[in-house]
Amino acid sequence: MTSNHEFFIDPSRCIGCQACVQACGECETHRGVPMIHLDYVERAAGVQTAPVVCMHCEDPTCARVCPADAIKQDDRGVVLSAARPRCIACSNCVLACPFGVPKMQVRYDLMMKCDLCYDRTSAGRKPMCAAVCPSGALFFGPREDIEKSRREKPVNEFQFGRQRVRTKVNIMTAPDNDVLSIDIADFLPRETPDMHPRPGARPGAPDAADAAIWNEWNSGPAELATAPE
Amino acid sequence: MVMTDPDPKAFAAGCAATLVVVAGIWLGSRGLKHFDPALAWYAIGSALAAFAVGYRFTLWAQRPPSRMYFKRGLQLLARRRFKFPISSFKNETPAVSGFDASTFQRLNTSAASLPALTLGRSLASDFVAQDFILHRSIYRWVMHLCLSGGCTLAFAVTFPLVFGWVHFEPSNGHAEMYRVLLFGFDVDAVHVQSVKARLLFNALNISAALVLIGLLMAATRRVTNAGERATQTFLEDLLPLLLIFAVTATGLMLTVSYKFMAGRGHSTIAGAHFISVIALLFHIPFGKLFHMFQRTCSLCVSLYKQTGETGPRARCLRCEKDYASQMHVSDLKLVLDQLGFDYRFALSPGEIHYQDICPACRRRMLALNHGRAVGR
Repeated sequence: MTSNHEFFIDPSRCIGCQACVQACGECETHRGVPMIHLDYVERAAGVQTAPVVCMHCEDPTCARVCPADAIKQDDRGVVLSAARPRCIACSNCVLACPFGVPKMQVRYDLMMKCDLCYDRTSAGRKPMCAAVCPSGALFFGPREDIEKSRREKPVNEFQFGRQRVRTKVNIMTAPDNDVLSIDIADFLPRETPDMHPRPGARPGAPDAADAAIWNEWNSGPAELATAPE
Repeated sequence: MVMTDPDPKAFAAGCAATLVVVAGIWLGSRGLKHFDPALAWYAIGSALAAFAVGYRFTLWAQRPPSRMYFKRGLQLLARRRFKFPISSFKNETPAVSGFDASTFQRLNTSAASLPALTLGRSLASDFVAQDFILHRSIYRWVMHLCLSGGCTLAFAVTFPLVFGWVHFEPSNGHAEMYRVLLFGFDVDAVHVQSVKARLLFNALNISAALVLIGLLMAATRRVTNAGERATQTFLEDLLPLLLIFAVTATGLMLTVSYKFMAGRGHSTIAGAHFISVIALLFHIPFGKLFHMFQRTCSLCVSLYKQTGETGPRARCLRCEKDYASQMHVSDLKLVLDQLGFDYRFALSPGEIHYQDICPACRRRMLALNHGRAVGR
């Protein structure tokens, strides 16, 4: 990989064209099986989509919960897909990843996930998804380039409750943010299915969560990338 | 490199494994009566390698995720009832979901189908047929069967010979008949010209041929597959193949030496064979080949999955969809705690663990939080 090139994600730029999904399946390390996730956030309420690649955590939870030492991290910090001889298909990594990235391929008894197009990036080329993304939601290049051209700021730290996670992949966020804090209370339904109030969910949640969650409640989330969890 | 103190449990397990090998040699060879002194260094190497495997296995099995699977696997196999929390929230906080935080779900394992049957099926499927590899690729399945079958056959022949468990004696009064003795007991007699005897005496050559086919296929794949070429490393992927090749090639050269070269160079080749075998045995606990021991965990996973499918299910707090077994989610919370991860969100009141949100909703949470942060 060109040493100063990094991966940047800006989900708000995603237009849901699926070019990344198609291109991802061309990667040699998992040919024919796209690893990028492209979900509708709330399909019934809008067309917002969420592209998610592996964020390549500095201390990957997926690798630490693997009972078979199947997930390795290389010296550049890339967290590789499960080693085929070792993976025992327990799904620990699928459930533990805070970004919801690993995919369990039930038929193969094997976890597979984005490996930052290892065959390409190790040879100095762009990952497939970033190479074809028409809207710049997925960008691979020097940090200076994206800092010059965007008003958002790249960060690679996330706060999940009490857990701080540092990643190799960056997400674009507001200029005054150094960390992207994940809030869940505002995005939970306010009532349980049996209509009891759910005290964990705060009133005054943003509209996006509000209307859409109830639509999703009835219809279920639609997914563009259909690989099973 | 940071040197750490030896792990007492792993050390004890390593010593126990060595003792088992030594005791096996002593008892199986009838107090060394049938032990072949020419193979003594192989026996010593095997006993030391047993220590390394025992040490490494115990060290690995003590890690929180593997320990959890082994523990649950044994509980399920023994049909012991165990409990796990079903609450999404910490016990000391008031219940804030439909679950009662103070209750524990008791899983009646006897309700599941026979654990021994599941285990047997998993053994046949994962270890003998290895059909999970067949689903990935026919080429890799044939390759792996040749390698694992050839190596297993070779180990099945050499260890009993080295340990003095099996030996051959000429039959009284019949120069061309050999008696086969297992642990000192007569188990068979073969005529030296019979097909059975030829197969028996050439078992190592047959296993070498199988291994060579597997190695050739593996080498072809390592050279031609772009994905493998990108991700393979010398220590993890190439060294094991080279070591197996060294053992196979020097073993075959011994046959060539005594059959076709009147024993020329035999002692040099035998020395090279010994070194390659010992190198392979000592590589097993520290490299890719250790996966043959780690696969044992997949037996526990089979039982775990089967029980999880029929037991209580976890539903995502956001989309309410069933996404895993509750046992798995609860156990993973414990494992994460043991590993030092804390994905709990403090709410008012109570706490939510991120494990109670399904992976698909976690991806949506990322987009929703990002959207809010950038004001879109």
